Amino acid sequence: MNYCLIIDDSRVIRKVSREVAEGLSFRVAEAENGEVGLQACQAEMPDVILLDWNMPVMDGYSFLKHLRATPEGQAPKVVFCTTENDIDRITRALDAGADEYIMKPFDRDILAAKFQELGVLPASHSA
Amino acid sequence: MTEAEFDALRAFLKTRSGLALSPDKRYLVESRLSSVCTRFKIDSLSHLVREIRAGRSVALEKATVEAMTTNETFFFRDKGPFDLFQDVLLPKYLKERASTRRLRIWCAAASTGQEPYSLAMLLKEAAPRMPGWHIDIVASDISTEVLEKAKAGFYNQFEVQRGLPIRLLVKYFTQVGDQWQIAPEIRAMVDYRYLNLIEDFNRLGQFDIVYCRNVLIYFDPNLKADVLRRIANIMAPDGSLLLGASETVLGVTDALTLDPAHRGLYSKNAASAAPKMFAVGGR
Ligand SMILES: C[S@@+](CC[C@H](N)C(=O)[O-])C[C@H]1O[C@@H](n2cnc3c(N)ncnc32)[C@H](O)[C@@H]1O
Repeated sequence: MNYCLIIDDSRVIRKVSREVAEGLSFRVAEAENGEVGLQACQAEMPDVILLDWNMPVMDGYSFLKHLRATPEGQAPKVVFCTTENDIDRITRALDAGADEYIMKPFDRDILAAKFQELGVLPASHSA
Repeated sequence: MTEAEFDALRAFLKTRSGLALSPDKRYLVESRLSSVCTRFKIDSLSHLVREIRAGRSVALEKATVEAMTTNETFFFRDKGPFDLFQDVLLPKYLKERASTRRLRIWCAAASTGQEPYSLAMLLKEAAPRMPGWHIDIVASDISTEVLEKAKAGFYNQFEVQRGLPIRLLVKYFTQVGDQWQIAPEIRAMVDYRYLNLIEDFNRLGQFDIVYCRNVLIYFDPNLKADVLRRIANIMAPDGSLLLGASETVLGVTDALTLDPAHRGLYSKNAASAAPKMFAVGGR
């Protein structure tokens, strides 16, 4: 079963994203900041990571830098999921190794379309 | 609106746009036409039907037809047809049309432009491999309202996120307030035209690739067959047709045939195309 890690300091956002991901047959885990996210990745590398930008302790950008610095950390597809929606931010995220970028607010269709585009949808849900 | 008036409205829509509305779709008519009533200062649907029957206002008829269209679309919708374009069709025609360096593409129900612009972006990405090529993308629709939006090329945050890879957003769009506008060089690649599929479209000329997606579903089987036959007629002998994910030519027409290797891709049926040469002009 495809494994999705949601890293966001907002419990509400985690809940919403979890519901969408579970609806698409992902197995889901949550982390409330980048540091907890890195620990989760060490335990088991996800197939896809939904990543907030601004978080206490360790933000999403630092998380991504750390993740991509390791060989195993190249594997997961990383989707930034943030209210930061200017081109400069998006470009920085892509340069740091993000695969996709979602501007909040988003909906189920957007998330599902991004998963499909990245080819990480569990088999039962790919078109 | 009485039953008879509703029937008259359904008949009107069918002859004007091909829309086959089943009798249980009263709610749809009511929700979609209330804004038309407001705009034309008409107090009820009954009144609207009477006006249409009297044939006094072309503008009202047009607005009614347009309001009943479903314009839902998004960039790279269903992904598959665009992967096919990039991985199968472009390589094929790059080879087959190498001598003329000309490629003609038609989006037959373009709505607000996401489909033709998706193709235009893929072509722009492929441009280095296509020096000196001349490419036409004709994008048509029955609704002038969606065509205007397509031409302007402004999309909101939801629209640019549904199916559009972020790298293409960054590369081909600029942020204008809370909207995103597609680049002038992409806009310039698409030729938008008003066109009603139930009418003759031979004047468009011959096409190598036709996208006719998610519009035939609104037509009855006879009209569907008729449109598909006429599309086949203006396809190059080795032309390609792409339909929507839930659509098929199977059991509808034998003018086209499914490409066994690629889901959703249709080509002209050579066997049924031949006799047509003797049937020119006849219907
Ligand atoms: C659901 S959209 C499909 C857009 C796009 N092809 C896609 O698949 O995403 C259907 C479009 O068909 C147009 N349409 C409906 N009847 C038509 C007709 N008779 N001739 C041309 N276009 C028509 C509508 O205006 C609408 O924009």
